[in-house]
Amino acid sequence: MSEQTATPAKRTIGGKLLIAMPYLWLLVFFLAPFLIVFKISLSQIAVSIPPYSPAIDLAEGWQGLVEAFREFSFENYIWLTEDALYWKSYVSSVVIAAISTLFTLLIGYPIAYGMARSPQAWRPTLLMLVILPFWTSFLIRVYAWIGILKNEGLLNQFLMMLGLIDEPLVILNTNIAVYIGIVYSYLPFLVLPLYASLERLDGSLLEAAEDLGCPPWKAFWKITVPLSLPGVIAGCFLVFIPAVGEFVIPDLLGGSNTLMIGKTLWVEFFNNRDWPVSSAVAVILLMILVIPIVLFQNQQQKMSEKEG
Amino acid sequence: MAKKSIGPVRREFVPWENSDHPPFIEFRNVTKKFGEFVAVRNLSLKIYEKEFFALLGGSGCGKTTLMRMLAGFETPTSGQIFLDGQDLAGIPPYRRPSNMMFQSYALFPHMNVEKNIAFGLKQDSMPAQDIEARVSEMLRLTKLEQFAQRKPHQLSGGQRQRVALARSLAKRPKVLLLDEPLGALDRKLREETQFELMNLQEELEMTFLIVTHDQEEAMTVADRIAVMDKGELVQVATPAEIYEAPNSKFVADFIGDVNLIEAKVTEKSDAGTRLVSVVDGFVIDSEQETEAGLGETVWYAIRPEKVRIAQGRREEGQVNQIDGLVWDIAYLGDVSCIHSKVGEDDHDTIRATFANISRMVENPITWDDEVVLSFDRDAGVILKG
Repeated sequence: MSEQTATPAKRTIGGKLLIAMPYLWLLVFFLAPFLIVFKISLSQIAVSIPPYSPAIDLAEGWQGLVEAFREFSFENYIWLTEDALYWKSYVSSVVIAAISTLFTLLIGYPIAYGMARSPQAWRPTLLMLVILPFWTSFLIRVYAWIGILKNEGLLNQFLMMLGLIDEPLVILNTNIAVYIGIVYSYLPFLVLPLYASLERLDGSLLEAAEDLGCPPWKAFWKITVPLSLPGVIAGCFLVFIPAVGEFVIPDLLGGSNTLMIGKTLWVEFFNNRDWPVSSAVAVILLMILVIPIVLFQNQQQKMSEKEG
Repeated sequence: MAKKSIGPVRREFVPWENSDHPPFIEFRNVTKKFGEFVAVRNLSLKIYEKEFFALLGGSGCGKTTLMRMLAGFETPTSGQIFLDGQDLAGIPPYRRPSNMMFQSYALFPHMNVEKNIAFGLKQDSMPAQDIEARVSEMLRLTKLEQFAQRKPHQLSGGQRQRVALARSLAKRPKVLLLDEPLGALDRKLREETQFELMNLQEELEMTFLIVTHDQEEAMTVADRIAVMDKGELVQVATPAEIYEAPNSKFVADFIGDVNLIEAKVTEKSDAGTRLVSVVDGFVIDSEQETEAGLGETVWYAIRPEKVRIAQGRREEGQVNQIDGLVWDIAYLGDVSCIHSKVGEDDHDTIRATFANISRMVENPITWDDEVVLSFDRDAGVILKG
């Protein structure tokens, strides 16, 4: 009896340690940096090193810490609401991310579906092809799109050669180029979870639907789509969340009027050297993203409960 | 003299004995190849309306392929399939008047029991109140009323099986196809469900076609059984005929337990046939006439329960009696099976089973007892190699 109770107790000590590891990781590499950023966002810009005040100097002891705390204010956050640039950037980021996610889904679904329906022997190869782009640097792949999309680029040359257009289309440095960049870059993140859920789909369900008088195209909407919804949701979140904060793609492919919060943050930080305001922008961005992340987590939880 | 028949008579339903009776389902010279593999080979079969028909065979014998061709999931390489006089060629599964109960049940996991059952009805754009009435009728028929709102994953295996059955019956198909319908149930539940299936079939007056590898299941539920092997029909007959009068060594061996004795034909007359065991030289006298010529080697198949066993030695000159030595005894509760050595070789044994009709046995048969095995003139069947 005592032995029986002792074994799980021992396990829980080991188990607790194991569980503590990811939390420790999050504490050191997420929560601590976040608190530093949050602290900076409450400071004021200053011509000094670091370029804000108050800077906490532990040498000044407890008194210095208390004084520093007194100087903290939410002024930067108020500033964000006063200048239209910021909220416009946020809204524009969310809209661009949402539109890109929709296009990624429209392109990714048929790819994932085709992969899941392909002969068993082909699937590892197809999966490999989806992952293959990751072998090249993200930055280089986005740069490559400049070569394709610019006025004298591959796409325009090709279309003119076919005689479809007389003068080059202006794609580069517009929002369209940003959409293309995001859809291209994040497609694997949508295809992989979607493929996983489509591949698990029991083929006999479709046969059963057909047997009960449902033509195949209707069975797709009534059976395949609802059952792949978890994959769709997971994939969409995996595209939407990083796309909102995307900086490289709008910077390289977007135009001067492409407004995205990642770019605004960059400008604030490197061009204006305003660490406190850019920190505030980052904190708000995180707050905005927390909502879809929590929704995503909830959905994943529900799914795992259902399967358990 | 009393009328003799093979086995008990289940019901007065023998349309196959009347050659004018039109078949309800007909396979005409159907062949199905998967690449080089021939799953079904030039097969012809007639199934009648309101019949409970079983396709029985080991895995890979083509029984499931045959059913899937009827449902429309596979297309015959050659040959035709007719259902109620209509050639099914080119008709997609969703327009065929048959419904199938899948081996895996294939219940839609995102729909509750009610919606699963209603799925087929909705495809026919049936009025909503008729759908509701039909669904509640099916729920009652399968005793699932209190589970109507549950999702498949909240049900037990037996309940899922009933949902699958209700769903496939809801549209009142001309034929219900059952693909190993009870394979996932435990033994007790399986036996219960077999009788439920038979009652349903009688109540709904539908034609049922069941695919199974379980001979007991086939024999319990079916009016007729088709035994299949390597894509061909070996025998199509009633369960009793299949068991008591198998037409080949394969069927005799496949269905139930059997002693197969290799023997030479020594005498042929109107009264029957005499055989002599090739290995052990005992004489078998059968009332059956055979096409095999004198001197030809045949197989004599006799079921263990038709072999009587008693202590002692045989009477000189008697036929259908064999001296044996008890080699192995299997006590199975309801019956006992005794293996008796009848020759030099340890494997040269004949099995005899008898019902344990009393609890106490005086002077029981035990190992190394000398016994005499005997059987009647009509006990066994002569089969050509």
